[in-house]
Amino acid sequence: MAVSESEMETQEEVKMNKTVFFGGLAIAGLAAGVASAATLDDVKARGSLNCGVTTGLVGFAAPDANGVWAGFDVDMCRAVAAAIFGDPTAVEFVPTTGQTRFTALASGEIDLLARNTTWTFSRDTDLKFDFVGVNYYDGQGFMVPKALGVTSAKDLDGATICIQTGTTTELNLADFFRTNNISYEPVPIETNAEAQQQYLAGACDVFTTDASGLAATRATFEVPGDHVLLPEIISKEPLGPLVRHGDNEWGDIAMWTLNALVAAEELGVTSTNVAELGAAATDNPEVNRLLGTEGELGAMIGLSADWAKNAIAAGGNYGELFERNIGENTPIGLARGLNAMWTEGGLVYSPPFR
Amino acid sequence: MSDTHAQTVSYVRDTMLPQQAPPLTEVGVIKWIRENLFPTPLNAILTFLSLFVVYWVVSHIGPWLFNGIWNADSLSECREIRNATLGPDASAACFAVITERWPQLIFGFYPSDAYWRPVVALMVFFVGISPVLFDKLPRKMLIGTLAAPFLMYMLLWGGSIWGPVVIGLGFVVGLVGFKYLAPINSLLATLSAIILPILFWLVLAGPIIGVLNAIAPIGFEFIQSKDFGGFTLSVVIGIAAIILSLPLGILLALGRQSDLPIIKYSAVVFIEVIRGVPLIVWLFTASLLLNYFLPPGTNFDLMLRVIIMVTLFSAAYIAEVVRGGLAALPKGQYEAADALGLDYWKSMQLIILPQALKISIPGIVNTFIGLFKDTTLVVFIGLFDPIGLAGAIRASTEWNGIYWELFLFIGVMFFIFCFSMGRYSLYLEKKLQREHR
Repeated sequence: MAVSESEMETQEEVKMNKTVFFGGLAIAGLAAGVASAATLDDVKARGSLNCGVTTGLVGFAAPDANGVWAGFDVDMCRAVAAAIFGDPTAVEFVPTTGQTRFTALASGEIDLLARNTTWTFSRDTDLKFDFVGVNYYDGQGFMVPKALGVTSAKDLDGATICIQTGTTTELNLADFFRTNNISYEPVPIETNAEAQQQYLAGACDVFTTDASGLAATRATFEVPGDHVLLPEIISKEPLGPLVRHGDNEWGDIAMWTLNALVAAEELGVTSTNVAELGAAATDNPEVNRLLGTEGELGAMIGLSADWAKNAIAAGGNYGELFERNIGENTPIGLARGLNAMWTEGGLVYSPPFR
Repeated sequence: MSDTHAQTVSYVRDTMLPQQAPPLTEVGVIKWIRENLFPTPLNAILTFLSLFVVYWVVSHIGPWLFNGIWNADSLSECREIRNATLGPDASAACFAVITERWPQLIFGFYPSDAYWRPVVALMVFFVGISPVLFDKLPRKMLIGTLAAPFLMYMLLWGGSIWGPVVIGLGFVVGLVGFKYLAPINSLLATLSAIILPILFWLVLAGPIIGVLNAIAPIGFEFIQSKDFGGFTLSVVIGIAAIILSLPLGILLALGRQSDLPIIKYSAVVFIEVIRGVPLIVWLFTASLLLNYFLPPGTNFDLMLRVIIMVTLFSAAYIAEVVRGGLAALPKGQYEAADALGLDYWKSMQLIILPQALKISIPGIVNTFIGLFKDTTLVVFIGLFDPIGLAGAIRASTEWNGIYWELFLFIGVMFFIFCFSMGRYSLYLEKKLQREHR
């Protein structure tokens, strides 16, 4: 799910650029330039952050019964809002689909897009966006029924595979099978919910999508233990928040908010102890600089001294956000894996706060 | 007669035989079954086949439906309840998702303390529309019909009540201008009816609203369009588009028949272009392309854009349906209207349109039903119609994995709306048919 959507765009973008937006592109560049001249000022004047999220992806963004948004990407939006306003609720969530998200960002309808979007070359350059970092390292995987007795994706010769159409998942799959010189039969599927139904009904032997999506899907099965995720991960899907190209001050705020959450985990600052640690200078100078009790880091990005303290207090540090939304104690049950701290063998790493 | 043969016949019955019951196979249920289900061997085979299919469907879906669990907080809790009461192998629907998310499916993200507003707005709509639908109601209710759109806007979106009031006043200004000028010159009167309100809205409305707000700031809490969702969104888009597209469609149909080339060709081009492109493309145009052309920072309400696009789309279809009705009238009707010395608008209003529209009723209602169902397409531009909400509900960890229950519920709701529209169309056809004879 997270997966498939993240990948859906490559093709769409190309199509959009070439056909629909032929004439609009020049204007788009212009509009983006104007709109992004001083995003921070616009946001402050408006009193809230317009944050683009998905229309619904398990663990990453979904409204609850009262219409309150929650999820891993949503918490990123709240942290940025808290950094700017000191108030994690000063966010207007704008639901976007795979097709509408980039236009919404380019046209200034949203200030930040936190929608499990894969960081790719063309998005960063051709579409004129800036990815401010990676908040989740994903990759495409396979799920099969245990009864099939398959232990490796290389054993899948001749299998029928449920796959979402029009996504890079489809291309990754074709590449993988060609490289390994084995054959497969694709069963085209439109949405992830449909894919779950087809897979359970036995319309296909294998379901492939991003590993986080597979885990979330498997967690909903009656007997999750009857299905296994194969060890192969066949693609890189670094998902991260992005902003418009051209307003580097605004990009810095988003980037360093994400970094602050990561640094907080590394330094042991959590939502429970942040108030205490931020009240007065501690023995650790980096914690002091991060929480604004020492130095002038906040002023350098145009925010108050306690910006990072507010961002961390909003939902907790990176690890807390992970554990609460998608971690092992949630029904989704994702292990940290690549998303563990660099000190624990993962890839999550923040440049120093100095 | 009987006397003639009196000696040739040995016995003549002079009393009637008591009536006997008809043969068992010719009465009641058996006769009905024999005649309707087993009249020929082929039909008998088809009957058994159908019975088997019905049995198969009911035996598979029936238990799922009737074992449905209505009270639980998550899909896993549903499964626990089912395991506890029916055993793990039983099939049971988890309708609890509908119980829990019912307000959200109906009202979307509308603030819960204001749920009464869409409900009252819907009642206002029914009261407003009833004198139009049923001619037995007193004609004075039509005044309510004119006020209903403003009242509904006030209820649904809220904000200061003076905005809608002053906009409504603009129409009154136009009407007054028309009344005064009509005896002098009909063209001047028509022009003033169009220009006066526009001038009023452009020049005077803003200041008047400002002053009234300063004097008496009354109104409801303003609710943004993005908070609309679920069936509220579908019904608001559907009703607005249905009401706006009918007059527009009629005008387009008349325009297409016009003798004036400019009017005729603009109507033709409009209809063909709008009709020739899928609705989803128009929706993408409204939501994406417009963003690039409008100046940055413009806040052109997405829902308003959608309503405009859906209205234009369905107006093009209505225009063609009405054109069919116009074409079905004999030429003599047009000539008779001319012979009576009626001008164009009077002949249309009194002679042509009543007949043409009557012929077009099934087609018009058909278009409306299609339009109402097409409102679900807004899911592709990120609006939370019921289908979009179903996706969002599935994205919560509690309800991830639920599938048919939500679709079933949405399908039943849409069926109720569309079936009622269809029944009203039948009622109207029957009524007009009788008057015709």
